[in-house]
Amino acid sequence: MRPLKTINLAGLAFFFSLLLLWEISSRSSALQVYFPPVSEVVLSLFRLMLSQELLGHVGKTVKRFLTGYFLSAVLAVGLGIILGYFRLAYAFFEMLIEFLRPMPSVAIIPVAILFLGIGDSMIVAVTVYACTWPILINTIDGVRNIDRTLIHTGRTFGLGQWKILRRIALPAASPYIVTGLRISLAIALILVTTAEMVVGGGGVGYFILDEERSLRTSNMYAGVVLIALLGYGLNQLFLYIERKMMAWHRGAAAEEIV
Amino acid sequence: MKWDRESKLNGLIVFLAVIPVWELISRLELVNPLFFPPMSKILWSLYLLVFSGDIPYQILMSLKRAAMGYFLAAVVFIPLGIAMGLFGWVHRILEVVIEMLRPIPPPAIVPVAILFFGLGDAMKVFVIFFTCAWPMLLNTIDGVRNIDRVLMDTAATFGLSRRRAVTRVILPAASPQIMTGLRISLAITLILVVISEMVGSTDGIGYFILDSQRRFKVDQMYAGMLSLAILGYALNQLFLLFYSSVLAWHKGLTRMER
Amino acid sequence: MPLLKVEELSKSYRQLDGERTVAIEEISFQVEKGKFVSLVGPSGCGKSTLLMCIAGLIPPSAGRVTVKGIEVSGPPPNLVLLFQEYNKSLFAWRSVLGNVLFGLEVKGKRSQQAEEKARHLIGLVGLSGFEKHYPWELSGGMQQRVAIARALAYEPEVLLMDEPFGSVDALTRLELEDALLHLWEDLGTTILFVTHDIEEAIYLSDSICVLGRRPSKVLQRIDVSLSRPRNQLATRADMRFMELRNEIYKQIGEPAH
Repeated sequence: MRPLKTINLAGLAFFFSLLLLWEISSRSSALQVYFPPVSEVVLSLFRLMLSQELLGHVGKTVKRFLTGYFLSAVLAVGLGIILGYFRLAYAFFEMLIEFLRPMPSVAIIPVAILFLGIGDSMIVAVTVYACTWPILINTIDGVRNIDRTLIHTGRTFGLGQWKILRRIALPAASPYIVTGLRISLAIALILVTTAEMVVGGGGVGYFILDEERSLRTSNMYAGVVLIALLGYGLNQLFLYIERKMMAWHRGAAAEEIV
Repeated sequence: MKWDRESKLNGLIVFLAVIPVWELISRLELVNPLFFPPMSKILWSLYLLVFSGDIPYQILMSLKRAAMGYFLAAVVFIPLGIAMGLFGWVHRILEVVIEMLRPIPPPAIVPVAILFFGLGDAMKVFVIFFTCAWPMLLNTIDGVRNIDRVLMDTAATFGLSRRRAVTRVILPAASPQIMTGLRISLAITLILVVISEMVGSTDGIGYFILDSQRRFKVDQMYAGMLSLAILGYALNQLFLLFYSSVLAWHKGLTRMER
Repeated sequence: MPLLKVEELSKSYRQLDGERTVAIEEISFQVEKGKFVSLVGPSGCGKSTLLMCIAGLIPPSAGRVTVKGIEVSGPPPNLVLLFQEYNKSLFAWRSVLGNVLFGLEVKGKRSQQAEEKARHLIGLVGLSGFEKHYPWELSGGMQQRVAIARALAYEPEVLLMDEPFGSVDALTRLELEDALLHLWEDLGTTILFVTHDIEEAIYLSDSICVLGRRPSKVLQRIDVSLSRPRNQLATRADMRFMELRNEIYKQIGEPAH
């Protein structure tokens, strides 16, 4: 039974004293634009949440995020299993992959705008492109690390190639795949937000930039807080699902460390 | 001559085959050549832009910001990480603030940075500085915390002063992990330079790519992307070189353990 | 007609430097239906390679294997190989029950009956109560039993076992030997058992193939005429047991301990 995390009083105290400092100094100085009082930011946040306006933006961002993320997951895991299992296939594409990897995925945005305009499909496309890399690399890694004995076991029980991939390779590589999926979670949010800022057209990313341009800074900060919460929430959700599905691995991994 | 399945040449062939395939697709107008110019045109653009000094200038601008942000972050966050790793109380006090700021997706910081610093270099440096904090801090803290107790006691036995202990024992012992943080941060830095340049800038390679797209100078856009890919690859290789020389002992050690 | 026939089986490998190493050379023997036959030889003499060839997992360089008269050119449907590294062959993501059920699932059996059968087998190998455990939670001996149960769930006509009790402690090994004999007597499976432990081979088998050093050939085929059911104390104390042991040691060329 995991022990309850002890609450970090000192840390909380420090954090809140910083907020207090912010609150006090912002009320008194002319720098209000840069540092609107914390209370005002919080109020803005609530106001925006209740109004339809921000909800609409959140909805757009989340929709693009989920579409891009799941699409890339399916694509990258499938491709990764094949490339990881069939050494020949990987040998063919290795150099290409190693060349494209270091290029920041965000550089794809202008190309995507060319082909797909400035709508949802463009944002989803760049998200898919960016998320594919970590999932693909990790899946390939995971499949390559599968012990030969496991594959032989599948074969001695009469499983054909396709069944082995699906029923043995996939679960055996799943710890690695999950790592890739976790990394992509953050990447997806980054890409969606960036794309929104570059092209406009709604979404929390666009909202934050727009509020900055209009110097409605408390709204801007509210947006930043909101998207941080969104990212945090998605991460926690992911960790929860991972804990449930990968219970078998935690134990095994823990054993290995010992 | 028998076809060697294992040869690295296969990967090279596929990689190089992209050029003629791209050329064909474009000239046969399988994809709109407006968006998909022939590779020959792109390579020619690249050649012209490199020798006119255009692209090197943009890259230099980007590198300037990247370097400033990266090294500033390293100089601030690695010592901070060491302090947090060594002194539990420092860690406790700062922990909450860090956990609050970490979930903010890096693009969301860009408008805030624009608010404070406008559209110049400082804005980009700030974004990079802010985002690199997390991998650098976390990995450094981890590295310091994971130093074997025995090593610390050895330093104490030899009567090393605190400062000497840090430079002679702690820093080297934690360096593999710190390197991991630096490596991750390097990749992040490049991505962030491009993001911040696309959202708010007047020069830099990220801006160049986006601007080329906006002006419909499509082959220039692709040329820019190519140079960005090469830049990413080069930085990677440079880092590996640095890593091998500084951490030669670690490479040997880990190879043994395997 | 013998159930399993190995004819002039050879397997050699080409090394990275171009040199050829011969693992096994012109091995021939037969196994009658329902019999328990052991392959004994010094470590590293290619026994695992031999089993892999018989199981159709790697192609032989020369010679052939027939199961029920049909030549083996891929994993035969009525044969299962139990690997030496059993812990690497178990599915870490499935529970004990899940692993054993796998043996049934691959034959298309997914019903309530299948689950009952799996539980029955788990009981037979002495792991009742551990159905929901995961492989990492079990000891080596227990993991080996799961692997055996999974293989038996498949109901193969021929079971190949590659040093199954090699990395298990001495006491557990004796338990497992007896458990295996009980299962064999119940199910009537034909078993080909590989071990470097001569006494284990004598204890378990109807007949023993003695293999020499690499490149292995069959040095001798010895029938074990000890009475069944075998008993750890009585059988091993039998004069004939020791005679057989000495005979085999002489064949392999190792001093008798």
